[in-house]
Amino acid sequence: MTALYLLLLIPFLSALLMLLVGGAKIAGYINVMVTAVNFVMSLFVAYYFLQYGSFVVMGQYFYIDAFNLLVIVLATFTAMTTAFFSNTYMWYNVTINQLSRNQLRLYHAMYQLFIFASLVVLTTNNLGILWVAIEGATLATVLLVGMYRTKEAVEAAWKYFILCIVGVALTLFGTVLIYFSSISVLPQIDTRLLWNVLVEHASTFDPNIIKIAFIFIMVGYGTKIGFVPLHNWLPDAYTECPAPVTVLLSGVLSNVSLYALIRFKILVDHALNNNLTGNLLIGFGLLSFVVGAAFLQRQRKLKRLFSYSSIEHLGLIAIAFGIGGKTATFIGLFYMLVHSLAKSAIFIIIGGIIQQVGTQLIEKIRGLIKINSELGWSLIIATLVMAAVPPFGIFTSELLLFIASVNFSPFLAVILIFGLIYALAGLLRNIQPVVYGEPITNITKKSFLIIPAYIHLGVVLILGLYIPPVLQQLLHAAVAVITR
Amino acid sequence: MVTTLISIFTIFVLLTAFVFIMQDRIHNMINTFIWQSSLLAAATFLTALNTGKMELYISATLTIVLKAIIIPYLLRRLVIKLNIRHKVAAIKYPFLLLIGAASLVFFCYQLIVPTNNIIAISMAVMLLGMLLLITHHKAVSHIIGFMSMENGIFLAVLLGAQGMPMAVELGVAFDVLIATVLFGVFFFQLRKNIDSLDVDRLNLLREDVE
Repeated sequence: MTALYLLLLIPFLSALLMLLVGGAKIAGYINVMVTAVNFVMSLFVAYYFLQYGSFVVMGQYFYIDAFNLLVIVLATFTAMTTAFFSNTYMWYNVTINQLSRNQLRLYHAMYQLFIFASLVVLTTNNLGILWVAIEGATLATVLLVGMYRTKEAVEAAWKYFILCIVGVALTLFGTVLIYFSSISVLPQIDTRLLWNVLVEHASTFDPNIIKIAFIFIMVGYGTKIGFVPLHNWLPDAYTECPAPVTVLLSGVLSNVSLYALIRFKILVDHALNNNLTGNLLIGFGLLSFVVGAAFLQRQRKLKRLFSYSSIEHLGLIAIAFGIGGKTATFIGLFYMLVHSLAKSAIFIIIGGIIQQVGTQLIEKIRGLIKINSELGWSLIIATLVMAAVPPFGIFTSELLLFIASVNFSPFLAVILIFGLIYALAGLLRNIQPVVYGEPITNITKKSFLIIPAYIHLGVVLILGLYIPPVLQQLLHAAVAVITR
Repeated sequence: MVTTLISIFTIFVLLTAFVFIMQDRIHNMINTFIWQSSLLAAATFLTALNTGKMELYISATLTIVLKAIIIPYLLRRLVIKLNIRHKVAAIKYPFLLLIGAASLVFFCYQLIVPTNNIIAISMAVMLLGMLLLITHHKAVSHIIGFMSMENGIFLAVLLGAQGMPMAVELGVAFDVLIATVLFGVFFFQLRKNIDSLDVDRLNLLREDVE
């Protein structure tokens, strides 16, 4: 219980601390330490949960069940490893005068503020607070995306800013509609936004209003997740921001937004007796999958390439949640886990490459293995992981998803199999010449800390072969929350 | 009597949303925004009188202070600093735009009216704000569009649902204020980088079509 308060308090206080000392060299180390402590706190919360089951604290403001617990542990873990990577990366940026000390201070403060907002989203039981925190997480990352202040970075940040705040405003309207429909059922004003109370009474709400509300919420959070056709900001933002920020966006923020969407899906599923939410998710997911795979073919920048891969995989995850039922939901959760770990590993490796060769233009990078064998090999391995090569976790989840989709609709399965092959071709076609071949220029080898990427990939490998009993128990409990 | 007044004010909020769309000067837009926020606050105040809810008085005050005083003040200062007070942003196809806006209102009524009048109007105000965002090409108009969307949503919160829990309302207000400040930061960065506040000129990042 205390661990839960500390989990939220630590990032908030360290954001304030970073406003004071964030520009110093030591700030990076403090960042690592703080996020590591926070990860331990999330493990304590997990321990408490395993002992006593789901619980509500502080006048029902916070609520922990298996579903958000999984995402919390994942988020704090990624925040920790990213902090480890960003320590050397951002300091290097300062030493080559790409960033000023003040910008570094802003970076560290916003980093912690973003973690704080994300954790509030994940722990809160109040749908209104959830909205406030998601908006807060968006606003905290806007300045991070535009950090380099180049023309491209400002343009990407502006797109991210305007599209996401409009999208998130739409979800506020959806939330208000749900609140409105609960008025006649729940007399007490304070309980009308509480998720656990709403779920209990959902079947008595006006289904027409709930339906409209979910459409707004789907479009709004869909924008933040990056579903096609609402994805326009995503490739730009991922490409133009500093590498650690890309890792945060792909490893934490997209999971947080997906989490919020699924929370509403559970609520709306209770209110409606049809498969509206599932069908919408499958529709958006399929479109994202196909378009993402298509845009993987011709890309000129490394991070942009993998941002489309993100869109594609998030589409698949949405399809898994959309199919619904115990098996598919399990796959969706597992997929969410391994994808965010593997994707953050890739962006960490790309960060290393950008510092090694000074560019992320695919045509300018050749023979990476000869320049820096460590980076070259890890890039090709991580790409294979992303392209669903066995025995890694993404392969397992895509295989399981394929089997589930055959049961759901053979037509869907056909699209999936062709799309997966097409996506694999797109990734390899772009990455193969980058890794092999002859180097264009002479570059002296530098060494970088991409150990976090190895840890992530190692976890993905283990999860592909064997799911530990504790995780299995948590996943099943989370499935029970979602499909109830 | 009071309910009639509330309805009249609500309709006027919808009208101001139309005024936004046809407005081509940023200075007038800010004035219209003050009108819209004040009307919203007045309607909230009357609802508070009608229902006797303490929270609604606070919400009305919050709306006045934040959306009719602080945010317009920040915007004015920004406009003076950027020296774009009298800039004109031409609207393409004003007639089509008006028809589109009117059909949006019609659509909202068709969708919602069996349940609630206020919700339909607030949805219309919100979607009109979005229409403003889509059709205007100056970055400064976007902030007004966003604020108009927020006002539309708060119409539903304050008059339709008669207030949300205070913590949530304060949180939303805080976020809106931060968003305004961020808009300001962006205007200067855009001005510095592309030498203009015309978002059409943000075209460096797109897919290469071959």
